[in-house]
Amino acid sequence: MTVSVQQADFDVGAEIAALGGDGIGAVASFVGLVRADKVSANDADAVRAMTLEHYPAMTQSALEDIVAQARARWDLLGVRVIHRVGRLLPGDRIVFVGVASSHRHDAFAACEFIMDYLKTRAPFWKREETAGGARWVDARESDDAALGRWSKGE
Amino acid sequence: MKVLYFASLREALGTGGEDLALPAGIATVGALRDHFAARGGAWAALTQTKNLRCAVNQRMVGFDAAVSDGDEVAFFPPVTGG
Repeated sequence: MTVSVQQADFDVGAEIAALGGDGIGAVASFVGLVRADKVSANDADAVRAMTLEHYPAMTQSALEDIVAQARARWDLLGVRVIHRVGRLLPGDRIVFVGVASSHRHDAFAACEFIMDYLKTRAPFWKREETAGGARWVDARESDDAALGRWSKGE
Repeated sequence: MKVLYFASLREALGTGGEDLALPAGIATVGALRDHFAARGGAWAALTQTKNLRCAVNQRMVGFDAAVSDGDEVAFFPPVTGG
């Protein structure tokens, strides 16, 4: 199983260990968390929880498509992507990307590529809860810029 | 066909989607968006949402993509996962 979309948390150590195997000399991984903002808990803007909405019929195939693109660009021996949905608290894990290859360059590059594509192509939306109410998170133009560099010959 | 709305757009429209027959004369996702926006009121969100995105049959496409009856079309704001 390469891609999982789930409410449950995941075990980072177990996921990385599962990427071992013949010929693998490098495993790169990324873990995204619900940011715990450095603000007073009384601050009306402080994020107290976050809910991840998604497009269930599309999410899995969009992530699988991103993994397939990474496999076409680099020599990868294993890939694992986990994205959580539902209500999460500051400090909770949101996303895991693990990539295994013979040498570190392919693993590092593919891990970053998958995250950059996921940020702009996978149908998830974050809604933050604060003392002052709930708000949808705006997309960042820097995420589009991060994606663009992969189409300029790296 | 089925049309779906997500996230802030779903909230603005007050519905997650609808089933309907492809309106006469509509051939692209962009034309479908404009058709719905012409309903007025909250539906203007379809043309006012910054960088609105769309998908046909669960694949992100441009607004010039073709639509036909039986397709699943989705409209949504830029994604913010990860």
